[in-house]
Amino acid sequence: MTNRYDRHIIMPEIGKDGQEKLSNAKVLVIGAGGLGCPVLQYLAAAGVGTLGIIDFDSVELSNLQRQVLFGESNLGQNKAIAAKERLADLNSDITIHAYPERLTPDNAIDYFKKYDLVIDGSDNFETRYLVNDVSIITNTPFIYGAIYKFEGQVTVFNYKKGPTYRCLFPAPPSPENSPNCSSIGVLGVLPGIIGSMQANEAIKVILGSEGVLNGKLLCYDARSASTYHIGIKRNGTEIKKVIDEGIKSDNPFYTDSCSNSIAEITASKALELTDAIYYDIREEHELPKLIYPDYKSIPMSALTKSIDQFRNDKIKILVCQSGIRSLTAVSVLEKAGITKCYSLKEGVQTLNNKIKSGYERQKT
Amino acid sequence: MQVNIKYFGMLTEVTHKQEEWIRFEDNTIGQLIDKLYISYPKLKDMDFKVAVNHEITDLNSELNSGEVALLPPFSGG
Repeated sequence: MTNRYDRHIIMPEIGKDGQEKLSNAKVLVIGAGGLGCPVLQYLAAAGVGTLGIIDFDSVELSNLQRQVLFGESNLGQNKAIAAKERLADLNSDITIHAYPERLTPDNAIDYFKKYDLVIDGSDNFETRYLVNDVSIITNTPFIYGAIYKFEGQVTVFNYKKGPTYRCLFPAPPSPENSPNCSSIGVLGVLPGIIGSMQANEAIKVILGSEGVLNGKLLCYDARSASTYHIGIKRNGTEIKKVIDEGIKSDNPFYTDSCSNSIAEITASKALELTDAIYYDIREEHELPKLIYPDYKSIPMSALTKSIDQFRNDKIKILVCQSGIRSLTAVSVLEKAGITKCYSLKEGVQTLNNKIKSGYERQKT
Repeated sequence: MQVNIKYFGMLTEVTHKQEEWIRFEDNTIGQLIDKLYISYPKLKDMDFKVAVNHEITDLNSELNSGEVALLPPFSGG
């Protein structure tokens, strides 16, 4: 009988033993987005026995340009659940756990303890620092990948006493230097390349192969198809700080990119304010639309030239998909001297749900 | 001494180039970065690490020869 993994098993470098290692491996993938999709696809196809997928976000039309696990029938569906459905069809021999929620300081340690290896496919610095720090605390290696327009970075952190993300970048950059794919754009195939490289590193770690990208950051440029390696040394002082501090829910590293002064507001609190102005700072194509009456739409890409539209005495609630870009926007506005700005913490979907349930209560 | 400098990520939007050669007569990496700040004032607002000959290096290190890379953090996924 033909074995699904024949092409692995006939290579002496992998063989039956290697395939067995893959089958026994437990891998948690943070984010089923541009990077997470190819990672999940290749690890599921390779027969990694247990895959966990954590993502709170839902599939949008603008994701399909690069998030290759999803199709139009998945629009609006949670990404972790949609990915699980697709992967279960790809390989029914493996166990897949979908966690349709955000990775937080409160749940991360429990999740990491259930897996041998973590893959970071997140799209923001808060999660990246959380992944790094929890991997130190739980002694879990993780495969790092990140992208910007045409460039990507890949390495393996916290592996065999190698360096961690904080050994390279001890603290997150300022929010205006942390653009994401929605506001900046990304070549669709780039996360496919970088995610595939992450899957390759994951397989080498699982097999215990030589040549793992440990202590070396690989930088890839899609424009010139060139790579550049940068050596990173372990910094015991930075790692000890993480161990001494532990994972605290209120650590600003995990809740907003950089500044403690940035103001966030929850959807419930925001809706208690009767006189606030709502600003949707997402790009115009992004869905779902905010259902709050009379909100203003000022996309992040036009923020700096639209600052005057924020000059008023009212409380201003800035809304985006998940509360990350709106935090950046608040910081930009504060620097321009605009006061009373708040970032809606949970993003548009939660706000819409609360508005809808408010309407329904009024009706009954 | 001629130094080859490579820029990554969003830094290329400030320098408008991915690489350049510059003349450098001082000693340390910090002095080289100060020289770049004069050419590209917006670099001062950017976060990046410096690698010399493909190894992350601190700003007090002496620069004798070789290739310098300026590497910003990315968060996209």
